[in-house]
Amino acid sequence: MSDPALSVAQRNALLLRLATLADDELLLAHRVGAWTGHAPILEEDIALANIAQDELGHATGWLELRRTLDGSDPDQLAFSRDASAFRHSAITELPNGDWAFTMLRQYLFDAWEALWLDAASRSHYTPLAQTAALALREERFHLEHTALWTERLALGTPESARRLSNALEELWPYALGLFEPLPGEQPGIDADLLPDVTVLKERWLMLVGGHLQRLQLTPPDTAPIPRGQHTPHLGPLLAEFQRVAREHPDAAGW
Amino acid sequence: MTTVQPVEADVWRALSEVPDPELPVVNIVELGMVRGVTVEGGQVRVQFTPTFSGCPAVQVIRDDIRRAVAQLGASDVQVDTVISPPWSSADLHDSARRKLQQAGIAPPAPAPSGLDLIRLEAPPVACPHCGSTDTRVTSTFGSALCKRMYVCQHCREPFEGLKSL
Repeated sequence: MSDPALSVAQRNALLLRLATLADDELLLAHRVGAWTGHAPILEEDIALANIAQDELGHATGWLELRRTLDGSDPDQLAFSRDASAFRHSAITELPNGDWAFTMLRQYLFDAWEALWLDAASRSHYTPLAQTAALALREERFHLEHTALWTERLALGTPESARRLSNALEELWPYALGLFEPLPGEQPGIDADLLPDVTVLKERWLMLVGGHLQRLQLTPPDTAPIPRGQHTPHLGPLLAEFQRVAREHPDAAGW
Repeated sequence: MTTVQPVEADVWRALSEVPDPELPVVNIVELGMVRGVTVEGGQVRVQFTPTFSGCPAVQVIRDDIRRAVAQLGASDVQVDTVISPPWSSADLHDSARRKLQQAGIAPPAPAPSGLDLIRLEAPPVACPHCGSTDTRVTSTFGSALCKRMYVCQHCREPFEGLKSL
């Protein structure tokens, strides 16, 4: 079941990172999907439904990879774990807020994800490199969309700029927290199996920070909120996300 | 008792009758989603590659593949997912490009080279109705993960196009 070429520490590093990736994508897909039927215009309704589907597809990819490493069941992990076992960043559990908040969160997250995937597509762990390469192509379309919305809102009206600026104030420390190294991840980084998030952070700050600067937006000077710190929003989110699976544990197929 | 055992060419022919559920004017072979076929006795294995990792049609297509090949008399049909190299819009056969165009869906432009992670401009595509390249993306996303929305600024028709990957 497990790859014999991996040491225990390397395998654990991969499992740790895969858990955070899958949980981020699952919860973000759930949040973004909640716009379906409520977005300001039909095209955006469709766009967010597409983005949610992509993120769910990526979560499936990570959970399938995890299955090959530890034999875990993806459905069980998604739908039967309690809040304390989730490893996502709180940025993905925050409620959708207004349009500016939703778009900026997606933009900051997409840029982190695209850079992580880009680096992971060169991983020496081939199954990870392949899954990352597939997801990266999709992430570029997200970035195309959310970067453009960030520009529109920043340069739109005083009201749209004000909302975007408020969203940036709230989201920035969570976004920085995405780049906090995971305890136990180092053996994977040392063996070139996993990207070094501290290197990615520099690239992200150049890419996103530079873009925001051109839009006259200044991120707050705050400390990162690391993974593991959760908000009161997680419980209700999981109750909704897992409800159907928990009510119908014997349901099979789709 | 005689059993009919399919040969590889039969399998390819059967697969070329499986439409893509979200683009029913084209079949999965001409979309470049079938990477290979092996036949050993009554056992058939089909290497299948999805276009997008979250494509909700994947399960339907896998079932359709099994059904189409089973009808040839295969005793066992296995559909393996291949994700590397990832599906590319360059994998489209010319027949698929033609059929899409006739259905009013712009075939994909060549995928942009370069590693820019943030692109604000999509590669230009020709309007499937009038052929003008004076077109504009109206949304990065469309009615399926593989499509986006455009409008032609020459003939004023809105249209969908396949994403370039």
